[in-house]
Amino acid sequence: MDNLVIAGKAYSSRLLVGTGKYKDFNETREAVEASGAEIITVAIRRTNIGQNANEPNLLDALPPSKYTLLPNTAGCYTVDDAVRTLRLARELLDGHSLVKLEVLGDPKTLYPNVVETLKAAEILIKEDFQVMVYTSDDPIMAKQLEQMGCVAVMPLASLIGSGMGILNPWNLQIIIDNAKIPVLVDAGVGTASDATIAMELGCDGVLMNTAIAAAKNPVLMASAMRKAVEAGREAYLAGRMAKKLYSASPSSPTEGIIAKTEKTGKQ
Amino acid sequence: MIQLTINGQPQQFEAPINVAQLIDHLALHGKRIAIECNGEIVPRSRFSDQMLTHGDQLEVVVAVGGG
Repeated sequence: MDNLVIAGKAYSSRLLVGTGKYKDFNETREAVEASGAEIITVAIRRTNIGQNANEPNLLDALPPSKYTLLPNTAGCYTVDDAVRTLRLARELLDGHSLVKLEVLGDPKTLYPNVVETLKAAEILIKEDFQVMVYTSDDPIMAKQLEQMGCVAVMPLASLIGSGMGILNPWNLQIIIDNAKIPVLVDAGVGTASDATIAMELGCDGVLMNTAIAAAKNPVLMASAMRKAVEAGREAYLAGRMAKKLYSASPSSPTEGIIAKTEKTGKQ
Repeated sequence: MIQLTINGQPQQFEAPINVAQLIDHLALHGKRIAIECNGEIVPRSRFSDQMLTHGDQLEVVVAVGGG
């Protein structure tokens, strides 16, 4: 079985999905189901005080008994905010320690602040969190995060929510070649072919949210992404043919081609 | 009279209360929440033990959709 193994646990799906930006929890649940994802990200936010006490809860739509929830630190710009958010997440999810760390550096681009990310990762790992870390596509940073003890490194393909696809496949290739832990593309995927390209490069998985949630038909796009990730993975494992400009080697036999006729047909 | 800051909003209480009483007061009993007091996690097992004092800053969080 070709499983994705993260922190010792095997997953059959290599597509991880976010749960934000859907019109309601029903659509979220339908899209998650269509994606086949087993790991789904959630955000941690202040609850509404003194407002609708019977507000539906995300965890009722997507129960932790059915999915591996991956709490994130989206929106955190400092080490302290990120670390406190994940401590709250661990308490909220009954001691669950697998988390997605991201420390942002700029509200306009949502580009990660890798210096702060390193500091936060170090604290979290000391506190026995299993850290899947969002980072830039810098191979040295990816390696340092791995050496520090992160359980997966998740470089961006392009900026969060941009849908611009994989802008620097060469950097991703270097990160993949150097890594001994899973490498997942996180952020930037816009459509199915982007996910396939990531997997063909040798990524261990892809994490996405907006590409599905912002599609005109999110549930259908979730299904497309599931197939795209599977197709890319199989193509990677199969090993693609070498590229050449032209080959003079057609796929059909060069022998046994019927002969040219001397005469034209019956008149 | 004590004042607590809950998710950034100040609230007054007649007498000191513990975390469990605060949760009841906020109608959050039985909800999947996590609580931090002055930057430190309050474990669920200690909700009834931990008294809140004037000036405490609380964060009460839930899981929401996110990527």
